[in-house]
Amino acid sequence: MKIHNLTKNYNGKTVLDQFSLQFPSTGTVCLFGPSGCGKTTLLNCIAGLEPFDSGEIEGAGNGKISYLFQENRLLPWISAKDNIATVLRGKPGQNAEQAEKWLGLVGLAEAGNKRPAELSGGMRRRVALARALAYGGDLYLMDEPFQGLDAERRDEMIALLQKETAGALKIIVTHDFEEAEMLADVIYILEGPPVRIADIIVKNPV
Amino acid sequence: MTSTTQNKNLFQYKGFRTFLAAVFWIGLWQLAYFTVKQEILIVSPVRVLQRLSELSQTKEFWLTAFLSMLRIVEGFLLGVAFGSVLAVLTSVSRMMYDIFYPVISIIKATPVASFIILALVWIPSTHVPSFTSFLMVTPIIWANMVNGIKKTDKNLLQMAASYRFGLVKTVKRVYLPSVMPYFTAACTTGMGLAWKAGISAEVLSVTPLSIGRQIYNSKIYIETDDLFAWTVIVIVMSVILEWLMVRFMKKVGQKYNVVQ
Repeated sequence: MKIHNLTKNYNGKTVLDQFSLQFPSTGTVCLFGPSGCGKTTLLNCIAGLEPFDSGEIEGAGNGKISYLFQENRLLPWISAKDNIATVLRGKPGQNAEQAEKWLGLVGLAEAGNKRPAELSGGMRRRVALARALAYGGDLYLMDEPFQGLDAERRDEMIALLQKETAGALKIIVTHDFEEAEMLADVIYILEGPPVRIADIIVKNPV
Repeated sequence: MTSTTQNKNLFQYKGFRTFLAAVFWIGLWQLAYFTVKQEILIVSPVRVLQRLSELSQTKEFWLTAFLSMLRIVEGFLLGVAFGSVLAVLTSVSRMMYDIFYPVISIIKATPVASFIILALVWIPSTHVPSFTSFLMVTPIIWANMVNGIKKTDKNLLQMAASYRFGLVKTVKRVYLPSVMPYFTAACTTGMGLAWKAGISAEVLSVTPLSIGRQIYNSKIYIETDDLFAWTVIVIVMSVILEWLMVRFMKKVGQKYNVVQ
Protein backbone atom coordinates (compact mmCIF):
# COMPACT_ATOMS: atom_id res chain seq x y z
CA MET A 1 0.00 0.00 0.00
CA LYS A 2 1.24 3.43 -0.94
CA ILE A 3 0.35 6.95 0.10
CA HIS A 4 1.47 9.52 -2.42
CA ASN A 5 1.55 13.30 -1.91
CA LEU A 6 -1.52 13.33 0.32
CA THR A 7 -2.75 16.81 1.22
CA LYS A 8 -5.64 17.63 3.50
CA ASN A 9 -6.81 20.87 5.03
CA TYR A 10 -9.24 20.78 7.87
CA ASN A 11 -10.86 23.89 9.35
CA GLY A 12 -8.23 26.08 7.74
CA LYS A 13 -5.39 24.00 9.17
CA THR A 14 -3.10 21.88 7.00
CA VAL A 15 -3.10 18.41 8.56
CA LEU A 16 -1.40 16.62 5.70
CA ASP A 17 0.93 18.38 3.30
CA GLN A 18 2.23 16.33 0.39
CA PHE A 19 2.62 13.36 2.71
CA SER A 20 4.00 10.15 1.22
CA LEU A 21 4.61 6.76 2.78
CA GLN A 22 4.95 3.24 1.44
CA PHE A 23 3.76 0.29 3.52
CA PRO A 24 4.79 -3.37 3.28
CA SER A 25 2.03 -5.86 2.42
CA THR A 26 2.24 -7.62 5.78
CA GLY A 27 3.66 -6.94 9.20
CA THR A 28 3.11 -4.25 11.76
CA VAL A 29 3.81 -0.61 11.13
CA CYS A 30 3.59 1.76 14.07
CA LEU A 31 2.94 5.42 13.65
CA PHE A 32 4.34 7.02 16.77
CA GLY A 33 3.89 10.66 17.56
CA PRO A 34 2.32 13.21 19.88
CA SER A 35 -1.47 13.58 20.12
CA GLY A 36 -2.90 16.01 17.62
CA CYS A 37 -0.14 15.57 15.04
CA GLY A 38 -2.61 14.22 12.51
CA LYS A 39 -2.20 10.46 12.91
CA THR A 40 -5.94 9.79 13.27
CA THR A 41 -6.72 11.90 10.22
CA LEU A 42 -4.20 9.85 8.28
CA LEU A 43 -5.92 6.61 9.37
CA ASN A 44 -9.35 8.00 8.44
CA CYS A 45 -8.05 8.91 4.99
CA ILE A 46 -6.64 5.43 4.51
CA ALA A 47 -9.97 3.94 5.65
CA GLY A 48 -11.80 6.09 3.13
CA LEU A 49 -13.83 7.77 5.86
CA GLU A 50 -12.47 11.25 5.31
CA PRO A 51 -11.93 12.96 1.97
CA PHE A 52 -8.60 14.58 1.17
CA ASP A 53 -7.77 17.51 -1.06
CA SER A 54 -5.15 15.97 -3.29
CA GLY A 55 -2.80 13.02 -3.60
CA GLU A 56 -3.40 9.31 -3.87
CA ILE A 57 -3.77 6.26 -1.71
CA GLU A 58 -3.04 3.10 -3.64
CA GLY A 59 -3.89 -0.41 -2.59
CA ALA A 60 -6.03 0.30 0.50
CA GLY A 61 -9.39 0.17 -1.21
CA ASN A 62 -8.92 -3.27 -2.74
CA GLY A 63 -9.16 -5.36 0.38
CA LYS A 64 -11.21 -5.52 3.51
CA ILE A 65 -10.26 -2.96 6.14
CA SER A 66 -10.87 -3.48 9.83
CA TYR A 67 -10.72 -0.30 11.85
CA LEU A 68 -10.35 -0.10 15.62
CA PHE A 69 -11.26 3.50 16.40
CA GLN A 70 -9.65 5.57 19.10
CA GLU A 71 -13.01 5.84 20.83
CA ASN A 72 -14.59 2.40 21.00
CA ARG A 73 -17.69 3.37 19.03
CA LEU A 74 -19.69 0.45 20.37
CA LEU A 75 -23.45 0.58 19.85
CA PRO A 76 -24.80 1.51 23.31
CA TRP A 77 -28.22 -0.14 22.81
CA ILE A 78 -27.04 -3.69 22.17
CA SER A 79 -25.01 -6.21 24.15
CA ALA A 80 -21.27 -6.76 23.80
CA LYS A 81 -22.00 -10.00 21.95
CA ASP A 82 -24.40 -8.31 19.52
CA ASN A 83 -21.88 -5.55 18.92
CA ILE A 84 -19.50 -8.16 17.58
CA ALA A 85 -22.13 -10.29 15.84
CA THR A 86 -23.53 -7.30 13.99
CA VAL A 87 -20.33 -6.76 11.95
CA LEU A 88 -20.28 -10.39 10.81
CA ARG A 89 -21.77 -11.63 7.57
CA GLY A 90 -22.86 -15.19 8.37
CA LYS A 91 -26.22 -16.57 9.49
CA PRO A 92 -27.46 -15.10 12.81
CA GLY A 93 -26.71 -18.28 14.76
CA GLN A 94 -23.19 -18.54 13.38
CA ASN A 95 -22.52 -14.86 14.05
CA ALA A 96 -23.55 -15.25 17.67
CA GLU A 97 -21.29 -18.27 18.02
CA GLN A 98 -18.38 -16.40 16.46
CA ALA A 99 -19.02 -13.39 18.68
CA GLU A 100 -18.89 -15.62 21.74
CA LYS A 101 -15.64 -17.16 20.58
CA TRP A 102 -14.01 -13.74 20.17
CA LEU A 103 -15.31 -12.54 23.52
CA GLY A 104 -13.69 -15.61 25.05
CA LEU A 105 -10.39 -14.81 23.33
CA VAL A 106 -10.29 -11.31 24.81
CA GLY A 107 -11.20 -12.68 28.24
CA LEU A 108 -14.81 -11.49 28.32
CA ALA A 109 -16.71 -14.76 27.99
CA GLU A 110 -18.92 -13.80 30.95
CA ALA A 111 -19.72 -10.29 29.75
CA GLY A 112 -21.42 -11.12 26.45
CA ASN A 113 -24.91 -10.11 27.48
CA LYS A 114 -23.91 -6.82 29.06
CA ARG A 115 -24.32 -3.55 27.27
CA PRO A 116 -21.29 -1.24 26.84
CA ALA A 117 -22.44 1.08 29.65
CA GLU A 118 -22.33 -1.85 32.07
CA LEU A 119 -18.67 -2.60 31.27
CA SER A 120 -15.51 -0.90 32.50
CA GLY A 121 -13.40 1.20 30.13
CA GLY A 122 -10.85 -1.58 29.69
CA MET A 123 -13.58 -4.15 29.01
CA ARG A 124 -15.16 -1.90 26.37
CA ARG A 125 -11.77 -1.54 24.73
CA ARG A 126 -11.45 -5.31 24.54
CA VAL A 127 -14.95 -5.65 23.04
CA ALA A 128 -13.99 -3.12 20.37
CA LEU A 129 -10.75 -5.03 19.75
CA ALA A 130 -12.68 -8.31 19.53
CA ARG A 131 -15.05 -6.71 17.02
CA ALA A 132 -12.16 -5.52 14.84
CA LEU A 133 -10.49 -8.95 14.97
CA ALA A 134 -13.76 -10.80 14.31
CA TYR A 135 -14.44 -8.64 11.28
CA GLY A 136 -11.00 -9.49 9.92
CA GLY A 137 -9.35 -8.14 6.81
CA ASP A 138 -6.20 -7.59 4.85
CA LEU A 139 -5.57 -4.29 6.53
CA TYR A 140 -6.03 -3.42 10.20
CA LEU A 141 -6.09 0.21 11.21
CA MET A 142 -5.74 0.52 14.95
CA ASP A 143 -5.84 3.80 16.80
CA GLU A 144 -4.33 3.46 20.28
CA PRO A 145 -5.51 -0.17 20.40
CA PHE A 146 -4.56 -0.93 23.99
CA GLN A 147 -5.39 2.31 25.77
CA GLY A 148 -6.94 1.81 29.17
CA LEU A 149 -5.59 -1.73 29.58
CA ASP A 150 -3.14 -2.64 32.33
CA ALA A 151 0.29 -3.94 31.30
CA GLU A 152 -0.61 -7.59 31.77
CA ARG A 153 -3.81 -7.37 29.72
CA ARG A 154 -2.04 -5.33 27.10
CA ASP A 155 0.61 -8.00 26.62
CA GLU A 156 -2.09 -10.67 26.29
CA MET A 157 -3.93 -8.59 23.70
CA ILE A 158 -0.73 -7.91 21.75
CA ALA A 159 -0.05 -11.66 21.62
CA LEU A 160 -3.64 -12.31 20.47
CA LEU A 161 -3.43 -9.61 17.82
CA GLN A 162 -0.15 -10.91 16.41
CA LYS A 163 -1.50 -14.46 16.34
CA GLU A 164 -4.87 -13.69 14.74
CA THR A 165 -3.69 -11.20 12.15
CA ALA A 166 -0.56 -12.89 10.83
CA GLY A 167 -0.37 -12.29 7.10
CA ALA A 168 -2.25 -9.00 7.21
CA LEU A 169 -0.89 -5.48 7.36
CA LYS A 170 -1.43 -3.65 10.62
CA ILE A 171 -1.05 0.08 10.88
CA ILE A 172 -1.04 1.00 14.53
CA VAL A 173 -1.19 4.51 15.84
CA THR A 174 0.23 5.02 19.31
CA HIS A 175 1.85 7.61 21.49
CA ASP A 176 3.34 4.98 23.79
CA PHE A 177 6.86 4.18 22.62
CA GLU A 178 7.16 1.02 24.71
CA GLU A 179 4.05 -0.30 22.97
CA ALA A 180 5.42 0.66 19.56
CA GLU A 181 8.63 -1.18 20.32
CA MET A 182 6.80 -4.32 21.41
CA LEU A 183 4.58 -4.43 18.35
CA ALA A 184 6.27 -3.00 15.35
CA ASP A 185 8.38 -4.23 12.51
CA VAL A 186 8.83 -0.61 11.50
CA ILE A 187 8.22 2.50 13.59
CA TYR A 188 7.63 5.82 11.92
CA ILE A 189 8.17 8.68 14.30
CA LEU A 190 5.88 11.46 13.23
CA GLU A 191 5.69 15.16 13.99
CA GLY A 192 3.17 17.74 13.07
CA PRO A 193 0.75 19.00 12.04
CA PRO A 194 1.19 18.88 9.16
CA VAL A 195 2.34 15.31 9.55
CA ARG A 196 5.93 14.59 8.57
CA ILE A 197 8.25 11.70 9.24
CA ALA A 198 10.90 12.67 11.75
CA ASP A 199 12.60 9.28 12.02
CA ILE A 200 12.26 5.66 10.96
CA ILE A 201 13.20 2.74 13.15
CA VAL A 202 13.34 -0.61 11.36
CA LYS A 203 13.16 -3.52 13.78
CA ASN A 204 12.38 -6.46 11.52
CA PRO A 205 12.98 -5.80 7.85
CA VAL A 206 9.96 -7.13 5.93
CA MET B 1 -42.87 9.56 68.26
CA THR B 2 -44.08 6.37 66.68
CA SER B 3 -46.66 8.17 64.60
CA THR B 4 -44.05 10.58 63.15
CA THR B 5 -41.96 7.64 61.99
CA GLN B 6 -45.00 6.04 60.41
CA ASN B 7 -45.89 9.28 58.60
CA LYS B 8 -42.39 9.55 57.24
CA ASN B 9 -42.67 6.03 55.86
CA LEU B 10 -46.02 6.74 54.22
CA PHE B 11 -44.58 9.74 52.35
CA GLN B 12 -42.00 7.50 50.76
CA TYR B 13 -44.69 5.79 48.70
CA LYS B 14 -45.33 7.46 45.36
CA GLY B 15 -48.93 6.20 45.37
CA PHE B 16 -49.58 7.89 48.69
CA ARG B 17 -48.11 11.18 47.49
CA THR B 18 -50.19 11.02 44.32
CA PHE B 19 -53.28 10.31 46.41
CA LEU B 20 -52.54 13.30 48.65
CA ALA B 21 -52.03 15.54 45.60
CA ALA B 22 -55.39 14.41 44.19
CA VAL B 23 -57.12 15.00 47.54
CA PHE B 24 -55.56 18.47 47.71
CA TRP B 25 -56.75 19.57 44.27
CA ILE B 26 -60.19 18.02 44.51
CA GLY B 27 -60.51 19.65 47.94
CA LEU B 28 -59.59 23.01 46.44
CA TRP B 29 -62.15 22.43 43.69
CA GLN B 30 -64.82 21.65 46.29
CA LEU B 31 -63.80 24.75 48.25
CA ALA B 32 -64.13 26.88 45.11
CA TYR B 33 -67.59 25.44 44.60
CA PHE B 34 -68.61 26.30 48.19
CA THR B 35 -67.29 29.84 47.73
CA VAL B 36 -68.97 30.53 44.39
CA LYS B 37 -72.15 28.53 45.11
CA GLN B 38 -73.42 28.80 41.54
CA GLU B 39 -73.78 25.55 39.59
CA ILE B 40 -73.58 27.47 36.30
CA LEU B 41 -70.08 28.74 37.03
CA ILE B 42 -68.57 25.78 38.78
CA VAL B 43 -69.87 22.29 39.45
CA SER B 44 -68.94 20.30 42.53
CA PRO B 45 -66.78 17.21 42.12
CA VAL B 46 -69.58 15.13 43.60
CA ARG B 47 -72.04 16.40 40.99
CA VAL B 48 -69.57 15.61 38.19
CA LEU B 49 -69.22 12.05 39.48
CA GLN B 50 -72.98 11.74 39.73
CA ARG B 51 -73.41 13.05 36.17
CA LEU B 52 -70.72 10.67 34.92
CA SER B 53 -72.49 7.69 36.45
CA GLU B 54 -75.81 8.82 34.92
CA LEU B 55 -74.23 9.25 31.51
CA SER B 56 -72.37 5.97 31.64
CA GLN B 57 -75.63 4.08 31.97
CA THR B 58 -76.66 5.01 28.43
CA LYS B 59 -75.46 3.21 25.32
CA GLU B 60 -75.06 6.53 23.54
CA PHE B 61 -72.42 7.65 26.02
CA TRP B 62 -70.12 4.74 25.27
CA LEU B 63 -70.69 5.03 21.53
CA THR B 64 -69.98 8.77 21.62
CA ALA B 65 -66.77 8.34 23.61
CA PHE B 66 -65.65 5.44 21.42
CA LEU B 67 -66.30 7.25 18.14
CA SER B 68 -64.50 10.39 19.32
CA MET B 69 -61.54 8.28 20.35
CA LEU B 70 -61.57 6.53 16.98
CA ARG B 71 -61.51 9.84 15.08
CA ILE B 72 -58.68 11.21 17.17
CA VAL B 73 -56.61 8.03 17.04
CA GLU B 74 -57.12 7.90 13.28
CA GLY B 75 -55.82 11.45 12.89
CA PHE B 76 -52.98 10.78 15.30
CA LEU B 77 -51.82 7.62 13.50
CA LEU B 78 -52.02 9.30 10.10
CA GLY B 79 -50.01 12.21 11.48
CA VAL B 80 -47.38 9.85 12.91
CA ALA B 81 -47.08 7.96 9.62
CA PHE B 82 -47.03 11.05 7.42
CA GLY B 83 -44.70 12.98 9.75
CA SER B 84 -42.25 10.06 9.87
CA VAL B 85 -42.14 9.58 6.10
CA LEU B 86 -41.71 13.31 5.63
CA ALA B 87 -38.91 13.40 8.21
CA VAL B 88 -36.99 10.69 6.37
CA LEU B 89 -37.50 12.38 3.00
CA THR B 90 -36.46 15.82 4.21
CA SER B 91 -33.43 14.37 6.00
CA VAL B 92 -32.27 12.56 2.88
CA SER B 93 -32.74 15.46 0.49
CA ARG B 94 -31.90 19.10 1.16
CA MET B 95 -34.27 20.08 -1.66
CA MET B 96 -37.19 18.24 -0.03
CA TYR B 97 -36.37 19.97 3.23
CA ASP B 98 -36.47 23.38 1.58
CA ILE B 99 -39.78 22.50 -0.07
CA PHE B 100 -41.54 21.24 3.04
CA TYR B 101 -40.01 23.45 5.74
CA PRO B 102 -42.16 26.54 4.99
CA VAL B 103 -45.35 24.47 4.73
CA ILE B 104 -44.74 22.81 8.09
CA SER B 105 -43.86 26.15 9.69
CA ILE B 106 -47.11 27.64 8.40
CA ILE B 107 -49.13 24.68 9.69
CA LYS B 108 -47.43 25.03 13.08
CA ALA B 109 -48.24 28.73 13.36
CA THR B 110 -51.81 28.68 12.00
CA PRO B 111 -54.56 28.78 14.65
CA VAL B 112 -56.37 25.47 14.99
CA ALA B 113 -59.70 27.24 14.59
CA SER B 114 -58.71 28.55 11.13
CA PHE B 115 -57.92 25.03 10.00
CA ILE B 116 -61.14 23.65 11.38
CA ILE B 117 -63.27 26.26 9.61
CA LEU B 118 -61.30 25.78 6.37
CA ALA B 119 -61.58 22.02 6.63
CA LEU B 120 -65.33 22.34 7.10
CA VAL B 121 -65.44 24.06 3.73
CA TRP B 122 -63.16 21.53 2.04
CA ILE B 123 -64.17 18.12 3.36
CA PRO B 124 -67.25 16.36 4.81
CA SER B 125 -67.74 17.50 8.41
CA THR B 126 -67.42 13.96 9.82
CA HIS B 127 -63.80 13.86 8.69
CA VAL B 128 -62.87 17.25 10.06
CA PRO B 129 -61.87 16.08 13.58
CA SER B 130 -59.41 13.43 12.38
CA PHE B 131 -58.08 15.77 9.72
CA THR B 132 -57.47 18.45 12.35
CA SER B 133 -55.69 15.99 14.67
CA PHE B 134 -53.61 14.82 11.72
CA LEU B 135 -52.56 18.39 10.93
CA MET B 136 -51.53 19.05 14.53
CA VAL B 137 -49.57 15.82 14.94
CA THR B 138 -47.64 15.85 11.64
CA PRO B 139 -45.36 18.87 12.36
CA ILE B 140 -44.52 17.64 15.86
CA ILE B 141 -43.48 14.19 14.63
CA TRP B 142 -41.64 15.71 11.69
CA ALA B 143 -39.68 18.28 13.69
CA ASN B 144 -38.63 15.83 16.41
CA MET B 145 -37.63 13.08 14.02
CA VAL B 146 -35.63 15.43 11.80
CA ASN B 147 -33.86 16.61 14.93
CA GLY B 148 -33.23 13.01 16.06
CA ILE B 149 -31.86 12.00 12.67
CA LYS B 150 -29.63 15.07 12.62
CA LYS B 151 -28.30 14.33 16.12
CA THR B 152 -27.39 10.73 15.32
CA ASP B 153 -23.82 10.14 16.48
CA LYS B 154 -21.49 10.79 13.53
CA ASN B 155 -18.86 8.52 15.06
CA LEU B 156 -21.28 5.58 15.06
CA LEU B 157 -22.27 6.33 11.47
CA GLN B 158 -18.60 6.35 10.51
CA MET B 159 -18.16 3.06 12.34
CA ALA B 160 -21.14 1.60 10.46
CA ALA B 161 -19.67 2.79 7.16
CA SER B 162 -16.26 1.38 7.98
CA TYR B 163 -17.68 -2.04 8.90
CA ARG B 164 -19.84 -1.92 5.75
CA PHE B 165 -23.21 -2.17 7.50
CA GLY B 166 -25.15 -1.21 4.38
CA LEU B 167 -28.35 0.83 4.45
CA VAL B 168 -30.71 -1.61 6.19
CA LYS B 169 -28.37 -2.44 9.04
CA THR B 170 -27.31 1.20 9.49
CA VAL B 171 -30.95 2.23 9.81
CA LYS B 172 -31.81 -0.63 12.16
CA ARG B 173 -28.71 -0.48 14.35
CA VAL B 174 -27.79 3.21 14.34
CA TYR B 175 -30.55 5.54 13.13
CA LEU B 176 -33.62 3.86 14.66
CA PRO B 177 -32.26 3.59 18.20
CA SER B 178 -30.97 7.17 18.02
CA VAL B 179 -34.28 8.57 16.83
CA MET B 180 -36.43 6.48 19.18
CA PRO B 181 -36.30 8.84 22.22
CA TYR B 182 -37.23 11.81 20.01
CA PHE B 183 -40.02 9.80 18.39
CA THR B 184 -41.45 8.69 21.74
CA ALA B 185 -41.40 12.25 23.09
CA ALA B 186 -43.10 13.51 19.92
CA CYS B 187 -45.80 10.83 20.14
CA THR B 188 -46.55 11.76 23.77
CA THR B 189 -46.87 15.46 22.95
CA GLY B 190 -48.72 14.63 19.74
CA MET B 191 -51.29 12.46 21.51
CA GLY B 192 -52.25 15.31 23.86
CA LEU B 193 -52.49 17.75 20.96
CA ALA B 194 -54.53 15.32 18.87
CA TRP B 195 -57.16 15.20 21.63
CA LYS B 196 -57.28 18.97 22.11
CA ALA B 197 -57.48 19.74 18.41
CA GLY B 198 -59.83 16.83 17.61
CA ILE B 199 -62.35 17.76 20.29
CA SER B 200 -62.20 21.43 19.24
CA ALA B 201 -62.95 20.34 15.69
CA GLU B 202 -65.90 18.27 16.91
CA VAL B 203 -67.25 21.30 18.76
CA LEU B 204 -66.95 23.58 15.75
CA SER B 205 -68.25 21.07 13.24
CA VAL B 206 -70.93 19.73 15.62
CA THR B 207 -70.04 16.18 14.58
CA PRO B 208 -72.89 13.73 15.28
CA LEU B 209 -72.15 11.23 18.08
CA SER B 210 -69.10 13.07 19.34
CA ILE B 211 -67.82 14.38 22.66
CA GLY B 212 -67.36 17.76 20.97
CA ARG B 213 -71.06 17.90 20.12
CA GLN B 214 -71.95 17.08 23.73
CA ILE B 215 -69.66 19.91 24.88
CA TYR B 216 -71.30 22.20 22.32
CA ASN B 217 -74.76 21.24 23.61
CA SER B 218 -73.70 21.89 27.19
CA LYS B 219 -72.82 25.42 26.11
CA ILE B 220 -76.15 25.94 24.30
CA TYR B 221 -78.22 24.64 27.22
CA ILE B 222 -75.84 26.01 29.87
CA GLU B 223 -75.34 22.54 31.39
CA THR B 224 -72.07 23.12 33.16
CA ASP B 225 -72.20 19.70 34.83
CA ASP B 226 -72.22 18.05 31.38
CA LEU B 227 -69.30 20.19 30.26
CA PHE B 228 -67.31 19.13 33.31
CA ALA B 229 -68.28 15.47 32.95
CA TRP B 230 -67.31 15.25 29.26
CA THR B 231 -64.08 17.11 29.91
CA VAL B 232 -63.20 14.54 32.57
CA ILE B 233 -63.88 11.81 30.01
CA VAL B 234 -61.52 13.43 27.51
CA ILE B 235 -58.76 13.76 30.11
CA VAL B 236 -59.15 10.16 31.29
CA MET B 237 -59.16 8.73 27.75
CA SER B 238 -56.18 10.86 26.72
CA VAL B 239 -54.16 9.74 29.73
CA ILE B 240 -55.06 6.06 29.26
CA LEU B 241 -54.22 6.13 25.55
CA GLU B 242 -50.91 7.86 26.20
CA TRP B 243 -50.03 5.31 28.86
CA LEU B 244 -50.89 2.40 26.58
CA MET B 245 -48.93 3.93 23.74
CA VAL B 246 -45.78 4.49 25.81
CA ARG B 247 -45.96 0.93 27.15
CA PHE B 248 -46.43 -0.47 23.65
CA MET B 249 -43.50 1.50 22.26
CA LYS B 250 -41.27 0.41 25.13
CA LYS B 251 -42.19 -3.24 24.50
CA VAL B 252 -41.54 -3.00 20.77
CA GLY B 253 -38.33 -1.06 21.42
CA GLN B 254 -37.05 -3.71 23.78
CA LYS B 255 -37.95 -6.50 21.40
CA TYR B 256 -35.98 -4.94 18.57
CA ASN B 257 -33.16 -3.62 20.76
CA VAL B 258 -33.75 0.00 19.93
CA VAL B 259 -34.02 1.39 23.44
CA GLN B 260 -31.05 2.17 25.58
